[in-house]
Amino acid sequence: MTTLTGPTATRRLILQGAASVALLGLGNLPFGAAPARAAANDKYPEEAFKQKSEADAIKALYGKTAEPSDKIKLDAPEIAENGGVVPISVTTTLDKVTSISFFVAENPSALAASYRIPEGTIPTVANRLKMAKTTNVVAIVEADGKLYSATKEVKVTVGGCGG
Amino acid sequence: MASSIRVRATANGDTTEVQALIQHPMDTGFVKDAKGELIPAHYIQQLKFECNGKDVFVADWGTAVSKDPYVKFSFKGAKKGDDLKVSWTDNKGASDTITAKIS
Repeated sequence: MTTLTGPTATRRLILQGAASVALLGLGNLPFGAAPARAAANDKYPEEAFKQKSEADAIKALYGKTAEPSDKIKLDAPEIAENGGVVPISVTTTLDKVTSISFFVAENPSALAASYRIPEGTIPTVANRLKMAKTTNVVAIVEADGKLYSATKEVKVTVGGCGG
Repeated sequence: MASSIRVRATANGDTTEVQALIQHPMDTGFVKDAKGELIPAHYIQQLKFECNGKDVFVADWGTAVSKDPYVKFSFKGAKKGDDLKVSWTDNKGASDTITAKIS
């Protein structure tokens, strides 16, 4: 923590805290009515990125659960020497793919990246992610309204989240 | 200032392959600097590719995307000479845009 001295600083913090809580409360109202279906619209899925566990993040992003599929090819190294840069790619032969998301199970927040695949775009994505430690990488493919997953464990020798 | 975005789009028949590399710190908010103070989170939240007035690829990113992010994808329906517009926005409200010609 940074050093905060004097009663004024503390008081200001408390006030700011109260104000932001109030703002958050207001901001959340529209979401209360209908659960955020981030993949379906254009908005940044803030809530899904805040979820710590993989299951919660999938739920927040899609609102349903995935079943494993052998039609998804998840390409990731067996061992990543540097957890800060792990090349991971996904390709699938599933039809009507609308989005592809990447989850790293034991990162501080599981959802790493989510890609929307409009019609005409080939359901193949390559990117580079950070991994805190040895854990499972999960790719979720949304195709024809259903969720499919592929999982692979990547061993990490040096974590990519500081620490 | 040079653009933070480097993009290469190559058309091969009906399919265009796009590779993009962006300069961005992608700070997670978990890392401490030399003085032991936390570096606040600073990361790209959304990256968008548009071609012929249509989104062809939209990425929503969290802090787990590596520093200086790289992404590769392919789409159909564009030809050589078409414009590909790439833009990003980060959690501090900064953004950048570039328009590349498909070659």
